[in-house]
Amino acid sequence: MRVGVITFPGTLDDVDAQRAVRYADGEAVPLWHGDHDLKGVDAVIVPGGFSYGDYLRCGAIARFAPVMQEVIEVANKGMPVLGICNGFQILAEAHLLPGALVRNHKLHFVCRDQWLKVENNSTAWTTRYDKGAEILVPLKSGEGGYQADEETLKELEGESRVAFRYVGGNPNGSRNDIAGITNARGNVVGLMPHPEHAIDALTGPTDDGLGMFLSLLDTLVKA
Amino acid sequence: MARVVVDVMPKPEILDPQGQAVANALPRLGFAGVTAVRQGKHFELEVADDVDDATLAKIAESFLANPVIEDWTVRRVEA
Repeated sequence: MRVGVITFPGTLDDVDAQRAVRYADGEAVPLWHGDHDLKGVDAVIVPGGFSYGDYLRCGAIARFAPVMQEVIEVANKGMPVLGICNGFQILAEAHLLPGALVRNHKLHFVCRDQWLKVENNSTAWTTRYDKGAEILVPLKSGEGGYQADEETLKELEGESRVAFRYVGGNPNGSRNDIAGITNARGNVVGLMPHPEHAIDALTGPTDDGLGMFLSLLDTLVKA
Repeated sequence: MARVVVDVMPKPEILDPQGQAVANALPRLGFAGVTAVRQGKHFELEVADDVDDATLAKIAESFLANPVIEDWTVRRVEA
């Protein structure tokens, strides 16, 4: 399986995301923000960082990058796409996922290991988890507060599209303790915490995050 | 050339922690009587005369503001 990992100016976590793909026995394919080219990949990861310096709004400029036009097209056709942290913000700005991410409610940048509950284990990226399982992965963001109007929240909850929820305290003021969501089809997932930093107990708090990349492998093998 | 001002504000129902922090700081600095602050963005665009209002609205709605969380206004002003 070939998994593309996008690098924008200001991306930080592309190397860890590539490493996570390799840990799951996938081939990591670097993708460049300025290319209209997905290099024939089977899935795409939009990693964390501060694309284009977070100017204007987080993800607002990255969403218009040439590579994102290709990502939007294939995501709408069903290709698995994962947005982590800044990647989640970019997918929200690109309207691949509903809602928006805003400044943390207490203004502080939050950097800690965070417990999450897996609420939906039928997306392209979460099948390796038990529904209701709790996982511990790093969270590091200043603008991770998930916001959406009441109607959108009702739709997300009603259709089980909340993929991950914060447990043990809401770190950033996200509505309904939402840490990550999926689109209606289940191929696009975005979350603020960083599963790619938790794939090996030697270098992260746990290896709980590896399940997302192994889930993708299962999804691609089945497809 | 015309000057166009675009103001972008967080929607009333969206929590504005930056505005709240400013509001909370004012009494500490000795300024009494400010009961609420909301913080937004102010853009000044120098625009060619043939750019119409519909285009300006599109710039504001699709790029300068995120309508999920923000309201925007566009107005032409004297430069």
